[in-house]
Amino acid sequence: MHKLINFVIDYTRYVLKGGVKFYAWMGFLAVLSAGALYGFYLQNTEGLIVTGLSSQIHDGLYFANLVFLVGVAAGAVTIVFPAYIYHHKAMHEVTVLGEMLAISAVCMVMLFVFAHMGRPDRLWHMLPFVGIFNMPGSMLAWDVLVLNGYLILNFACGFYYLYAKYTGGHVNNKIFMPLVYTSIVWALSIHTVTAFLISSMPARPMWFHSMMPIRFITTAFAAGPCLIILAFMIIRKNTKFWIQNDAIDVLSTIVTWCLGLALFLTMSEIVVELYARTEHANGLYYLMFGLHGLTRLVPWFWSSLAFMIIAFVMFLIPSVRTNYKLLPIACVLAFVGIWIEKGMGLIVPGFIPTPIGEVIEYYPTVIEIMMTVGIWAMGFFIWSILLKGAIGILVHDLRYEGSAAGESIDFPRSSETVTRASS
Amino acid sequence: MFDLYQVRFFPFFYHELQRITMFHRALTSDWLLWFVQRKSAYLWRMIVSPDKSPTADSNPATPPACSARPPPVVPGGAATTSSRRNFLAAGGMLSVSSLMGAAALMTQSDDAKATVEWAEHFQGNYRLMTAAEKAEARARLERRYSAQYGKKVSVDTTEALPGVLMGYALNIRKCIGCRRCVNACVEENNQSRGKNPGERIEWIQVLRMERGEFSKEKMNEGYPEGLGIQVGGNAYTPAGQVLEGQYHYEPALVPEKDATYMPIACMQCEKPPCVKVCPVRTTYREADGPVVIDYNWCIGCRMCMGACPYWARRINLTTPVLPKEEMNPVTHYLGNRPRMRGVVEKCHWCLQRTRQGRYPACVEVCPVGARKFGNLLDPQSEVSLILARKNVFRLKAELNTFPKFFYFYD
Repeated sequence: MHKLINFVIDYTRYVLKGGVKFYAWMGFLAVLSAGALYGFYLQNTEGLIVTGLSSQIHDGLYFANLVFLVGVAAGAVTIVFPAYIYHHKAMHEVTVLGEMLAISAVCMVMLFVFAHMGRPDRLWHMLPFVGIFNMPGSMLAWDVLVLNGYLILNFACGFYYLYAKYTGGHVNNKIFMPLVYTSIVWALSIHTVTAFLISSMPARPMWFHSMMPIRFITTAFAAGPCLIILAFMIIRKNTKFWIQNDAIDVLSTIVTWCLGLALFLTMSEIVVELYARTEHANGLYYLMFGLHGLTRLVPWFWSSLAFMIIAFVMFLIPSVRTNYKLLPIACVLAFVGIWIEKGMGLIVPGFIPTPIGEVIEYYPTVIEIMMTVGIWAMGFFIWSILLKGAIGILVHDLRYEGSAAGESIDFPRSSETVTRASS
Repeated sequence: MFDLYQVRFFPFFYHELQRITMFHRALTSDWLLWFVQRKSAYLWRMIVSPDKSPTADSNPATPPACSARPPPVVPGGAATTSSRRNFLAAGGMLSVSSLMGAAALMTQSDDAKATVEWAEHFQGNYRLMTAAEKAEARARLERRYSAQYGKKVSVDTTEALPGVLMGYALNIRKCIGCRRCVNACVEENNQSRGKNPGERIEWIQVLRMERGEFSKEKMNEGYPEGLGIQVGGNAYTPAGQVLEGQYHYEPALVPEKDATYMPIACMQCEKPPCVKVCPVRTTYREADGPVVIDYNWCIGCRMCMGACPYWARRINLTTPVLPKEEMNPVTHYLGNRPRMRGVVEKCHWCLQRTRQGRYPACVEVCPVGARKFGNLLDPQSEVSLILARKNVFRLKAELNTFPKFFYFYD
């Protein structure tokens, strides 16, 4: 117990201290977050009328980001999986960083849920036993369940590992490994259920196809690792913690193939929908070419497609993939491309035309954009703190005083321990 | 858009309707909810309050309007109903009343309105309330609305009548597109009627369809873009019409020569997709047919709006704009009582009227008698006779939502 209290105190103290760069970054994020709080205040006094949402297009920027970030959270499994299933050594050193990303991405998802809801004050209505949790029927209820489960799993895995490192003890694999395996399967479930959330509505033909879950997963496993690679680059540059090239290379290989699959699935959808060009293809047609002269999303779609194709070609060429000057560019292109495709490019055209055939456009308001940026900032705020603490423990800046942590635990040995236990 | 070719004639549908009504509860997942709640009530009593047995059913405060409970729709319904009550009495009521007590203490104010509103935040789901709690909620609302709108407002809690399954039939031949039903609906049902976009809510749309879509002179106007006929432009640069059926039209005279009309509203499906997706079960099908919403329980997640294939649901983007003098004081809890910001609303076939033996406002106001309303279980009702004798179809029948809103033509 004493160790645990010390862990909490040391951890808090460590993440609060930092250089000018750190404080500037956190201050910047805090300012943006304050904007989101103001937006949230407006939405809960004026109502959703301060957003661009309407009864016709009632899910917009918030829902789009929510869907995308579930993918980012699930994408963390691209680190966990090679580390624990293929016993990839370089990956194993950084697994905990992926788990920290999952935690912060799920936090962002929850913040976007709050932003999206008409009555966030009534969220307790969803709590089982206190309220009603429409469990087997409602996909949203399933989504809440899997997302919270994923948050808990990642929190447990990540912090148990960090705590063991901190105290210099060993990870009890009998507890740890089942949690890790569960979290791997769970990562797939969160994005599958999020896909079911929108693909189970015949009223919205653009979403109503069984390709949705696998498309979600492939795009997630491309966007998630892209963000992780970028974070790794920044960590390598700014901290004492050196992430091996090997880990980055595995991630970029995963991105390559998942991005390829995502493009393939996009192509399949376009061919199937536009060959027959029924009325059910109107949503996609609106996205690609515009409908009745309304073309707001057309540049978004084509730029997203261009970004994704350029990124895919870059990832495909090994000399580019392993060139750490060009790799971040490819990562940013892929990340932004998928953010558009899976966010606004998927959610908004689902409502156009409406079920009664109304073609109407959606314009996010300044408040909506402010809130979206702010919630991203809050997510990065959380992620920065988590990463700082995790790296502090990994490089032994942060350790329990009484322990001989420096000697007893180093990376190869701990990964050996895990390897032995799991094999 | 409208699958007019998907005509389902009545004899075919009739058996389905019977079957669905019989097994509606069994087909949906309600039984599982009830099971879980039965268990939780049991556990609650065992662990938390073993000495407190639920006695809400014999509460003398129950008003007569609430004491008439609907008969069970399915065999065994009575048992489940009472178990739901037990759950509420055992679990919900204790917690709700304690929370309300705490709330009253916290506010420390004599301002009745504030206390009432505060208590409203902690009330349970209407469907799971005991008769006593319903009466309490009703009194609370009546007090708040009366204070707010400066007149005596009644909130009816009449429950579904036995042997009633409401049905609606609309003669599309007769509709002249006067949109009186739209306005009557807004006035009757206390919808928001502001001037700004998003502040006006209409539950009925009368879609104005261009007549002569396939006439000779229009054949050369380019390839229509998926829906409707294209007016102007060409195959690659479409222009003009944005809707197949325009519903914001203000004609000087109706019916217009070149138009036909297709009124739509909530179809009150027997298998409503909106009910299935609701994460908190705030929207549900009443025993006499209409799909209703407990506005106080809605969390505003808008899943139901996405799931509805008829675009029947509206979100209150802001606090509804409802002038005091225009407010209709005769309301029903699940019907036209004033809504709040951030919740979803929809047509409920004027429960405040139909449960008292009156017609919905739209039926009453229709100048040509295109709208018919009645009891589907009564073979002599107007709706039943129409279904038996006329050519009847439903919208988007291929989605298996089984609407109780039928279209017919002579």
